[in-house]
Amino acid sequence: MSGNKEIKNLKAFSTAAERFEGSHVLCPGCAHSIIVREILNATNDNMVVSASTGCLEVCTAIYPHTSWDTSWIHIGFENSSTAIAGAEAMNKALRNKGRIPADEPEPKFVAFGGDGATYDIGFQWISGCFERGHNMMYVCLDNEVYANTGGQRSSSTPIGASATTSPAGSTSYGEKRNKKDMLQIMAAHGAPYVAQVAPNKWKDMAKKIQKGFDAEGPVYINAMSACTTEWKFDPADTITVSDLATDSLVFPLYEIIDGTELNITYRPKNIVAVRDYLAAQPRFKHLFTPKYEYLIDEWQKRVDAQWEYLQRREEARV
Amino acid sequence: MSKSIHDMGWDELVLGAAVHSFKEEIDYNPSQVLPENRDYAETNSKYKYVGDWRVFKPVWNTDLCIHCQFCWLYCPDTSILSREKKMIGFDYDHCKGCGICQEVCPTNPKSIIMFTEQTEEEEALNQWPEKKGSK
Ligand SMILES: Cc1ncc(C[n+]2csc(CCOP(=O)(O)OP(=O)(O)O)c2C)c(N)n1
Ligand code: SF4
Ligand code: SF4
Ligand code: SF4
Ligand SMILES: [Mg+2]
Repeated sequence: MSGNKEIKNLKAFSTAAERFEGSHVLCPGCAHSIIVREILNATNDNMVVSASTGCLEVCTAIYPHTSWDTSWIHIGFENSSTAIAGAEAMNKALRNKGRIPADEPEPKFVAFGGDGATYDIGFQWISGCFERGHNMMYVCLDNEVYANTGGQRSSSTPIGASATTSPAGSTSYGEKRNKKDMLQIMAAHGAPYVAQVAPNKWKDMAKKIQKGFDAEGPVYINAMSACTTEWKFDPADTITVSDLATDSLVFPLYEIIDGTELNITYRPKNIVAVRDYLAAQPRFKHLFTPKYEYLIDEWQKRVDAQWEYLQRREEARV
Repeated sequence: MSKSIHDMGWDELVLGAAVHSFKEEIDYNPSQVLPENRDYAETNSKYKYVGDWRVFKPVWNTDLCIHCQFCWLYCPDTSILSREKKMIGFDYDHCKGCGICQEVCPTNPKSIIMFTEQTEEEEALNQWPEKKGSK
C-alpha cells in the first residue's frame, strides 16, 4: 500500500509532520532543504535516506547532530546510490527469509546527491543501480556546480556561467560546454519513471514524487536547486529565481515514463525571456557586456530548440 | 555508553557510528506524530541554535495573514510553524533570516516583513506599510 499523503491543496500539505529538523547549517535561503522538505512531506511511509558528500550531507550531519528524523546513511561522495541500493536489497532479502515480518510496512528508499555527485563522480554507480532495477528513488539536487567545495564547474554547469574552475574574464566567457542532459540519459536506462522538478512548482513536484514512489523500480528525479551562494543572488530571492528558471523554460518541467512516454507537465502562461533569468544571477553578469552579449541570443535559441524538441517528443510518444 | 557523545571527539568514534534522532527506539512513525509529541535525542539538530545567524528577523502581522501557507512551504529552515492549516508563528531558534517568507507572502501589504534583529515586535507592527497601489 502506498503511503502517499493526500495533498489536495497547500493548506492540507501544511499539516505534514516534518521529518527534517532546523539548525542544519545550509546557507540561509538554500533550496536543497526546501526540496528535501517537499519530498519527505509527500509520503507518510517510513524512509531510508542516503546522501552523497556535498552541501546537503555535510550541513545536516554536523557531529554529533543529525537533522533527519528518518533513517539516514552517508558513505562517500560517489555512492549514495549504491548505499541505498544495498539497503533496499537487504530489505528484500530479509523479507524473503522471514526475518522482517511481511506485515511490516515497506519503507521508501531515497538517495540524494548533488550534480557533482550525480552528473560526474557517482555516475557509473547510479547507472549500475538503474541497470539492476533497484526499487529506489534517486534525487539529484541540481545547483549546477560543486557548491560545497567552493563552486567548481561540473558537467551540469551551463554555458557562460562563471565558476571557480571556469572563471569569466577578458579572455573567457566562463563555462564552455553545454549542460549534460541527465534526464534523457536516465530515461535511456529504461527507468519506469524519470522527471524534472522545481520546488517553486510544488504541486507539480509533489505529484511527480508520489508517482515516483508508486513506480516499481528505479526512479530518477532531477530537482532544480537554485543556489544563493554560487548563483550569487540574494537569499530572499530563491523562489523568485526559481520562477524565472521554470517560466523561461531554462528548466522545463516534464516526465518520461518507461523511457518513451514524455509528458510536459508545466506550460508557463507567460514565457519570460531567458535574458531575464540570466540577469537575475551575477554568475552570468559578464554576459551583459558588449563582448559576450551574443551568448544571450544563443542561450535563447538553445532553450527554444529544447522546448520544440520536448513538444515533438511528447506528440510522437516515442 | 560510559561517555556522553558530546564529550567524545570524532576520532573516538568507531567505524559505522550512529547518531540518534530519537531517544532509544521509537514505536511510532514520526510522519504520524507532530514534533511536540516526539521523544527527540539530545543529538537531534533541533536542539542547536542558529538564531544568531540573523541580521534581519521576520515579523508577522496576524491581522493581514490569510494562512495561505506559502511561507511554510518555502522556508528552508523549517521555521514557519503551522498547525491545523493555520500559520502560528516563527521558530526563532532555527530561523536564519533569509527573507524568503517575506518575498513569497502574497498579501498586500505583506503579512511578513523583515526588520533588523533588534527591532521590538510592537515597534515593527507600528511601522507597517500601507497597502500598495491603492488609490
Ligand atoms: C571522491 C571525492 N572527491 C571529492 C570530494 C570533495 N568534495 C566534497 S563535497 C564536493 C562538492 C559536491 O558538489 P555537488 O555534488 O554538486 O553537491 P553540492 O555541494 O553542490 O550540493 C566535493 C568535490 C569528496 N568528498 N570525495
Ligand atoms: S552553497 Fe548553495 S547549495 Fe550549498 S548550502 Fe549554500 S545555498 Fe545551499
Ligand atoms: S505567506 Fe503570508 S499570508 Fe500566507 S500564511 Fe504566510 S504570512 Fe500568512
Ligand atoms: S526568514 Fe527564512 S528562515 Fe526565517 S522564517 Fe522566513 S523563510 Fe524561514
Ligand atoms: Mg552541486
